[in-house]
Amino acid sequence: MDLREPIDHRVAGRASLALYLQVRIFSKLGKDHGMSYFEFIAKYGDRILSGTLVSMMLTILAAILAIAIAVAAGLMRMSPNPLVRGIATLYIEIFRGTSLLVQLYWIFFVLPLFGITLEKFTAGFIAVGMNLGAYGSEVVRGAILSVPRGQWEAALALNMSSGKRMLRVILPQALLIMLPPWGNLLIELLKGTALVALIAVADLTFQAKQINATTYLSAQSFGTALIVYYIVARFVITPSMRWLEGYMKRKMGRA
Amino acid sequence: MTLLNWRWDFTWEILPRLLLATGKTLIAAGLGYAIAIVLGLVLALAQRTPYRALTMIVREIVEFIRSTPLVLQVFFVFYVAPQFGVRLSPWMAGMIAIGLHYASYLSEVYRGGLDSVPKGQWEAAISLNLSTSRTYFRVIVPQALPPSFAGMGNYLVGIFKDTPILSVIGVAELMHAANSVGAETYRFLEPYTLVGIIFLGISLPAAGGFRVFESWMRRKLGMS
Amino acid sequence: MTTEDLLTFPLALQGDHVPMVSFRQVSKSYGSLTVLDSLDLDVAEGEMVTIIGPSGSGKTTVLRMLMTLETIDGGVIYIDGRPLTHMPKGIGLVAANSRHLRKMRSNIGMCFQHFNLFPHMTALENCMEGPVNVLGLSKKEARERSEQLLAMVGMVDKRHQHPSCLSGGQQQRVAIARALAMRPKVMLFDEVTSALDPEVIGEVTNVIRKLVAEHNLTMLMVTHQMGFAKDISDRVCFFYGGRIEEQGTPEELFGNPKRERTQQFLRAVKEAV
Repeated sequence: MDLREPIDHRVAGRASLALYLQVRIFSKLGKDHGMSYFEFIAKYGDRILSGTLVSMMLTILAAILAIAIAVAAGLMRMSPNPLVRGIATLYIEIFRGTSLLVQLYWIFFVLPLFGITLEKFTAGFIAVGMNLGAYGSEVVRGAILSVPRGQWEAALALNMSSGKRMLRVILPQALLIMLPPWGNLLIELLKGTALVALIAVADLTFQAKQINATTYLSAQSFGTALIVYYIVARFVITPSMRWLEGYMKRKMGRA
Repeated sequence: MTLLNWRWDFTWEILPRLLLATGKTLIAAGLGYAIAIVLGLVLALAQRTPYRALTMIVREIVEFIRSTPLVLQVFFVFYVAPQFGVRLSPWMAGMIAIGLHYASYLSEVYRGGLDSVPKGQWEAAISLNLSTSRTYFRVIVPQALPPSFAGMGNYLVGIFKDTPILSVIGVAELMHAANSVGAETYRFLEPYTLVGIIFLGISLPAAGGFRVFESWMRRKLGMS
Repeated sequence: MTTEDLLTFPLALQGDHVPMVSFRQVSKSYGSLTVLDSLDLDVAEGEMVTIIGPSGSGKTTVLRMLMTLETIDGGVIYIDGRPLTHMPKGIGLVAANSRHLRKMRSNIGMCFQHFNLFPHMTALENCMEGPVNVLGLSKKEARERSEQLLAMVGMVDKRHQHPSCLSGGQQQRVAIARALAMRPKVMLFDEVTSALDPEVIGEVTNVIRKLVAEHNLTMLMVTHQMGFAKDISDRVCFFYGGRIEEQGTPEELFGNPKRERTQQFLRAVKEAV
């Protein structure tokens, strides 16, 4: 996805057209089952809304965890100490080499055997955050490496400590480079949270599944959830990341 | 340390069952990828036609599929198709959903590859009077593929890692087998850990192999 | 341009001396920027015409229009008497369909500033691509024809090399052979030496000299090399602001330019060297 493409009225127009068509299709389908789409929303809107809020909470918490892990693991990957580097590499390879679902089940079902019992909501966002953190660490590393060599040398020439060099000179520039790929990662993260429904966290996907199980209105329940995810991804996450990018650019005098 | 809870006899007992299921996982990934590779190219080429309406609709479909969760799409295909009178087996529904999902990803990879072919190549093809289809298949696509290999390799590994999601509609792949073992024996440590190891043991060498293949292919096409 | 306007153009040019290339009131603009302003230009069969002028004067657009890489906003181009991007329908001309375009395009070959060889094919495969897939020659015929042309441009030894293994001058010579393999009636050279290192320019200009001397091809060339243009052209056109400011034989135009803009341009070029 090109995150730089500005959202303009055409995108909004297209989205509302898509929404309208969906609503029309669903209302037609719904009538076959004796319920219009509006009646469906009136009846189950609360549950969909509460599921959406849970999904958003999961996304925010997982994102904070993922960013923290990504920065830590990304920096560790570049450490001169082979042990530190090794630990980070092991972590990244394990979390990128297996599935999020496997990781989620492992954290939820196996960790208790080691005496670590997590509440399902916590297990959910930790699994998603750790998984995306591994992917994010590569983005962080790539961005840091792409800061021009001359910047390192200039900071060194000012006799800054290595910590200061990183914090004051390199990271702020790397941040700007890594924002667009982070936009994509956050959408992946949002999608990843849907899997926590499988350990019965009452998120949007879980609610859709429950509504489907009691009403058999599959198109309405799953379709509505899909649209909500789409709206959050395309009209909340993407624009806010773009806003953040613009803000950072202005702040760094690169507008 | 409770790690000593690990039971080797149990491990050996369930391993054949898990390996058999691994075979099914690989088949699912392979079939899904085959669908995605072809459908992805269709989605990418459909966005290059002169018909703006078609381009816009396909673009929006790709965006929609890419920004919504695969697990919901799997549910949607499996449960909604019967509402339209099409009864799909879990395997069929799973292949359609995962194939479509990754087709939208691959279409973006192809799009990037196609866009990376310099404009001069199109002009040279016109100056030699090559037809549009010949220009695509003799000139443009061969050059668009090598830059796409990295992304294609990533998504092959990605589709393999996403097959556990198909267990939610009862596709009997690796995750499904591990779940069954857990449900029957109430032991989760061995099956879920083994699943993790099997995934790691396949996806890491595959990712490495793809990198080797990519550089070999580039050399072979004389583009290094 | 409306259909009525097109009615004023003949369906085909007839007579004893039909020019190989004929621009009739051809216009082109990008938005408010006029690139070509009602251009009239005839090129006779076998004639070598060189186009010079400052950048942005529309000279490259002339070649790109002939190769149908650019659309025409107004006017008609005739190749060997037949309209290039239009076709007769009823009593007038309409925009050509793709079949007509492909038929007309077969008359024209082009060499580009950046060669545009296909990087995944060897020199020989580049030359054979068109003859096999467009002209329908057998592989054997196409190979013979291509090797002959590669020998003419002095590249037969390197015929199995990929473009990435060739120097710029060598790539451009292969590109010339590739274009000639289609047996065009008109050859277009668009700044073919501009992207080359100075020491290899000669090997490309020598090939073009040879073409002029030994073949009766109609050629249009855009170049910044005044000396070369002076040597081999039958006629030189100086473009300025989308129209021909002045044209004549190389002796007339370079030796005794009449228009002030031409004099200025030639002076500036001379000073730059």
